[in-house]
Amino acid sequence: MSPARRPVRTMRVALFTTCLVDALFPDAGRATVQLLERLGQPVEFPLEQTCCGQMHVNSGYFEIDLVRHYVETFSAYDAVVVPSGSCVGAIREQHAMVARAAGDERLATQAESVAGRTYELSQFLIDVLGTDDVGAYFPHRVTYHPTCHSMRLLGVGDRPLRLLKNVRGIDLVELPRWDECCGFGGTFSVKNPDVSAAMLADKMEAVIETGAEVLCAGDRSCLMHIGGGLERIRAGVRTLHLAEILASTENRTAATAVAVKG
Amino acid sequence: MSHGETIWTEDPPFPKNARDAVENAQLRRNIRKATTTIRERRASVVAEMPDWQALRETGQAIKDDVLAHLDRYLEQFEQAALARGAEVHWARDADEANSIVTSLVQQTGEHEVIKSKSMLTEEIGLDDALQKRGITAIETDLAELIIQLGHDRPSHIVVPAIHRNRAEVREIFLREMEDAPADLSDDPHALADASRRHLRRKFLQAKLAVSGANFAIAQTGSLVIAESEGNARMCLTLPETLISVVGIEKLVPTFRDLEVFLQLLPRSSTGERMNPYNSVWTGVTPGDGPRQVHIVLVDNGRTNVLRDEVGRQALRCIRCAACLNVCPVYERAGGHAYGATYPGPIGAILTPQLVGVEHASKLPFASSLCGYCYEVCPVKINIPSVLVKLRHDSVRAKKHPAEDAAFAAAATAMKGRRGWTAALRFAPLLRFFRRGGPPPIAQWTSVRDLPDPPKHSFRDWWVKEHTAQHAERGDGGSS
Repeated sequence: MSPARRPVRTMRVALFTTCLVDALFPDAGRATVQLLERLGQPVEFPLEQTCCGQMHVNSGYFEIDLVRHYVETFSAYDAVVVPSGSCVGAIREQHAMVARAAGDERLATQAESVAGRTYELSQFLIDVLGTDDVGAYFPHRVTYHPTCHSMRLLGVGDRPLRLLKNVRGIDLVELPRWDECCGFGGTFSVKNPDVSAAMLADKMEAVIETGAEVLCAGDRSCLMHIGGGLERIRAGVRTLHLAEILASTENRTAATAVAVKG
Repeated sequence: MSHGETIWTEDPPFPKNARDAVENAQLRRNIRKATTTIRERRASVVAEMPDWQALRETGQAIKDDVLAHLDRYLEQFEQAALARGAEVHWARDADEANSIVTSLVQQTGEHEVIKSKSMLTEEIGLDDALQKRGITAIETDLAELIIQLGHDRPSHIVVPAIHRNRAEVREIFLREMEDAPADLSDDPHALADASRRHLRRKFLQAKLAVSGANFAIAQTGSLVIAESEGNARMCLTLPETLISVVGIEKLVPTFRDLEVFLQLLPRSSTGERMNPYNSVWTGVTPGDGPRQVHIVLVDNGRTNVLRDEVGRQALRCIRCAACLNVCPVYERAGGHAYGATYPGPIGAILTPQLVGVEHASKLPFASSLCGYCYEVCPVKINIPSVLVKLRHDSVRAKKHPAEDAAFAAAATAMKGRRGWTAALRFAPLLRFFRRGGPPPIAQWTSVRDLPDPPKHSFRDWWVKEHTAQHAERGDGGSS
């Protein structure tokens, strides 16, 4: 695929940052905006947005109001871009299911329609904008964790790796046992803390084995878990969302982006 | 209704059991080593099949057809089996199944039966039921023998003694097997040899055998067992009476359907292209094999599972255990932590449905929903989606006041912009709990730091940035 085409689009695209990024990891959201603007694709941020409801659904609480709220917030857009494979997986796999479980067929149909226009970041870049080279520059040793929901629920395949491989200056090293879950699993991490901790230990060991200074993933949630563990043992590895690496250029690195925070 | 031994205690406490298991270094190593080996073997024999995905879809379609017309196929099977001289018995639950088998044994006047590996007889607790009537069941599958001699329980569907290593097996044999050689080493060949000698005597003496079945063929009334050791073949052919205990979901419509399942099963379960022994038997064959053939068809909760539109796909299961071998939770917690006959991902969806979710309410949560189980399942059971459905059933069946209230409060806040922006103001407080706090923060911070919360949320930045931009451009803003 050719380098970034800088397309001029008339598509109306919304950014759904996810509740976690909105509240705790604004850098991943800002990087997504900066990256897409650099590629000539402006995004809107509907301030009504909250949460896709995945945490509720996966914990057994089928909150149809959260599904309805997502559908209402985003149905006017041609596309919704989300810096999370897990949340897009939930939107595509669960929204219509929750509506149907409550007997609301009309909402289920609407949810399917919006879900069909909701894309995880790497899907949006490659499938919608048609580029796997975003012109990024990131001169660091990086290892990539695919995250289970991106890989298995959503099926993003090698899209994130294709994007990362085209980043100038990057030293991308394969994560051993990359297909193994990190042990986050949403509320699994607190409902089954011991098994989650055991899985986390193995994932951290794999990350450290690579000698990478940066662990990258397409989900801030898994990174919060692995990064929290790495920080606890002072491993000296930082976590960055895929968007943060792709947003880095010679002029604006992820490090300086952090420095201008606030 | 009695469930036998489907669950070992009322509402098995998975998180507590798992806490003990993850600290057991020997267990962790044994299971990790074994599952890693089987996982790799499976991956390599599946990779050589160009039509694997089509086979999975066919397997799913055949089983879905069976489940949609189970009544018809069961009657067809019964008629065909009767016509070939088998006797067919029907058991609604564990107690009925156990009493049918017990009285069949008692009619022969025997006090010893040999058994081939059967998860269903574990599920109904047959060995204990027989023991109470003075009948000794002798397990002839090597792993089941290790379990029986060790007064233990299976921790895996296909490899029941996966939690034991060879040194432990040697100790069990020396302690419990009366004819074990005194100089027994922990060499696998020596262990297999000792068990073979021990069992050979039992095989030759036995007048009665109890087996399970991997498949029951409706068209012909035949039963099928695929195995590695040949002990089931001995059980099926040597004794005068054979009693096969079969779950009603084991049916396949025609003999030809074996073409699909005898490819899917060995590659998924033991990572073999074909099982070393594949036995098919149909009623009584004069002059060959058992004189009396009984088939006990067992429900024990299965029709309840069938009633659930989402959950019924669990009945497609052919007990290959591929989901156990890839499961990161099973690998760390082991099979016993599930507190039930069927451990691992399939157990987490089957057990709560068989016994009622209120009796196994923690099991649907014993998963990170990573989806690896679904990826490898040869009959495409969407285990994560059934888990989520059962979690829904679980929170409705049992009240957890604190948790219910927390989720309700979160949902209320997330229903609109006003509540959410108000909630966001509390995010900076997380900095006080980065390394500790009340539950559930305590569970998180036991091994991980909480993130350093940002001074401003993403939307704060957006509003600031875009209000300024739009003011310059003189337009209204994007939202």
